[in-house]
Amino acid sequence: MSKKLSIVVLIKQVPEIEKVRFDYETGRLDRSSATAVINPFDLNALEAGVEIKEKIGGVITALSMGPEKAEESLRDAVARGADQAVLLTDARFAGADTLATSYTLASAIRTLGTFDLIICGEKTIDGDTAQVGPEVAELLGTPHVAFVEQIRDIDKERIIVKTKVGRRYHIIELKFPGLITVTKDVNTPRLPTLRDKLRSRKIPVTTWRADNLSGVAQTEFFGLSGSPTWVARVYSPLGEKRRGQIIKSTPEEAVKIIMDVLKNLNILR
Amino acid sequence: MFLGEHRDILVFAEQEDGEIHQVSYELLGKGRELAEKLGVGVSSVLLGHVIGKKATELIHRGADTVFLYDHASLGDFDVVRYTVNIMKLVEEERPEIFLMGATRIGRTLAPRIAAALRTGLTADCVDLDLDANGDLIQIRPAFSGNIMAQIKTKTKPQMATVRYKVMKMNEKNPERKGEVIRREAEIIDDTGTRILEKIEADEVDLTEAEVIVSAGRGFKKPEDLKLLEQLAEALSGVVGSSRPLVDAGWISKDHQVGFSGNIAKPRVYIACGISGAPQHLFGMRDSDVIISINKDPSAPIFNVSDYGVVGDFYEIVPILVRELKKERSKEDT
Repeated sequence: MSKKLSIVVLIKQVPEIEKVRFDYETGRLDRSSATAVINPFDLNALEAGVEIKEKIGGVITALSMGPEKAEESLRDAVARGADQAVLLTDARFAGADTLATSYTLASAIRTLGTFDLIICGEKTIDGDTAQVGPEVAELLGTPHVAFVEQIRDIDKERIIVKTKVGRRYHIIELKFPGLITVTKDVNTPRLPTLRDKLRSRKIPVTTWRADNLSGVAQTEFFGLSGSPTWVARVYSPLGEKRRGQIIKSTPEEAVKIIMDVLKNLNILR
Repeated sequence: MFLGEHRDILVFAEQEDGEIHQVSYELLGKGRELAEKLGVGVSSVLLGHVIGKKATELIHRGADTVFLYDHASLGDFDVVRYTVNIMKLVEEERPEIFLMGATRIGRTLAPRIAAALRTGLTADCVDLDLDANGDLIQIRPAFSGNIMAQIKTKTKPQMATVRYKVMKMNEKNPERKGEVIRREAEIIDDTGTRILEKIEADEVDLTEAEVIVSAGRGFKKPEDLKLLEQLAEALSGVVGSSRPLVDAGWISKDHQVGFSGNIAKPRVYIACGISGAPQHLFGMRDSDVIISINKDPSAPIFNVSDYGVVGDFYEIVPILVRELKKERSKEDT
C-alpha cells in the first residue's frame, strides 16, 4: 500500500467572541465570562482534513500553540477526527504576534517531519489577521492558496481548489507539499458523537516546549522577543457620534420624512 | 524632523486584467501625505503583463517612482512569483513603509513577503499616522471591531494592509512627473500552483453601491427579506445585512456589512431592524446619509444615524415601497 497523506491542521483556542466584554472606561478586555472554543474557521479546516482522509486516506495531526488549557481544544480536535495532537506551550512562546506565532508553528511542523498538506482556517475570530497561514507557508518554503471556498478534487499528488481572486473565482491546482486556508463556505463541520468524545479522552496530547524545537529553531524568534509588532494603545471605536433627528411618529408620517430626504438627495430617478 | 535613513514609502499596485485596483490609488494618496511629513518619496511596484501605460497613471496619482515588472508570467496573480520579485525589490530599495490593499490578493501576498523579510505586518488597517519619531502608527479594529488598536512595528519596512475605501484617493494629475524604472522579472516556471480556470463571480458589490438597504436581527424569518428586496429594487439599490443573518445562513456573505464583511460608503444607507453592534457600525458609519428604523429607542444605531425612525419596519417598509412606486410612475408619465 502506498504511503498515507500527511495532513497537518492548525488549531487555535479562542474565547467565544460574543461573550468577551470590553470596558470602555479602562480599555480592558474581560474574557472571564467567555468559554474557550476552537476557532470556528479551524473547525472548517479540520472537517476538510477529515473529508480528505475519508476519501483517499491520511493521517491528521492537529497542532496548536497556546496555554496549557488549549489541550481541551486539541482533544476536541481528536474527537472530531484528528489522529494525533501536539500542543506547543511554553512561557517563551507567550506574547507572540503573527510572525512569531508562524515561526513557532513552522518550526513545529519541521520537527514533525514531512507533510503533504497543511490546512488552516482563513483567520481567527480574535486576531482576525488571516496572516498566520500564508506566513507559515513562506517560512516552510511551500506554496499556498488562501481563502479556499471549495475543494474540487484531491489525490495523493495534488489538490484542486476554488478561491476568489479580485473579481473572479480561480480554480487552482496546488501540488503537494502545500498549504491552504479555508473559509466557512468550504464545508459544514460535523459534531463529534459521544463515542468520539470518549475515544478522544484516551488519545494522549503531545506537549512540546521551546526546547523541543531547538533543533530547527532559534528561541529568540519565539514569543514576545520574536514579535516585531506591538500594541501601543487600544480605545473605543465609537468616539464621534452623529445622532441626528429622532422620529417618533406614525408610520405614514415617517415615510413622508424619508421620502423628502430621498428626494432632496436626488436618489429618486 | 524624522531622523534616520530617508527611504521611500512603497505602495503595491494591485492589478487585474491590467486594471489597477482603486485601493492602490487610495494608498498612493495616503502615502503622499505620510511621505511629505517624513520628507521622503513615494514609490510603487507594479507587476503584470503589457501594463506600461498603467505605470504612468500611478505617477499621475501620486507616485514619484514606479518599479515595473512586465512579463507574461506576471499577468495573473501568483503568490510565489509576486513574492520573489517584490522581496528582491524591497531588499534593494529598503523602504521605510510598505503598504498594500487589504484585498484578497493583498492579504494573501503581504504575509508571505513579511515572513520572507522577517518584518512585522499589521492587517486590515483603517487609518495610518506617524508618531513624533516618524514611526508608523497602524490603526485597526480588534475583537470584531469592538475596540480599536494602534499597532507599531519595530522592524523595517513597517508593513500594513489597508482596507479599501477608508483612505481618500488623490485626483488624477496628468501634469505630475515621475520615473518609471523597468526591472527584469525573475522567471519561475513551476511555483507549485497553476490556474486551471477562471470563473466570473455573480455577487453583489456593496463597496460600489450608491444605495444600500440593510437587514438585521429584527427580521423574524428569512422569507421576510423579500420586503427588503422590494425596497432595494424601488431605490435601485442593493440589499445589505448585519452579521447574525449571514451566520444563520439567511443571506450570503457578500451582502454582509461590517468589520468582518464589507465596508460600505453609499450615498444612502437604510438600516432596518439593526440594533447597531460596533462591528456593524464600523462597516456603514461613513455613509453619506444614514436612515435607521428600529423599534427600540435606545438602539445604538441611532447614535450614528442622521434620521432615526423609532418604529416597526414591518409596517413602515411596505408603505415606503408603495410611495416609491407611486413616485416612479409619476415620473414615467
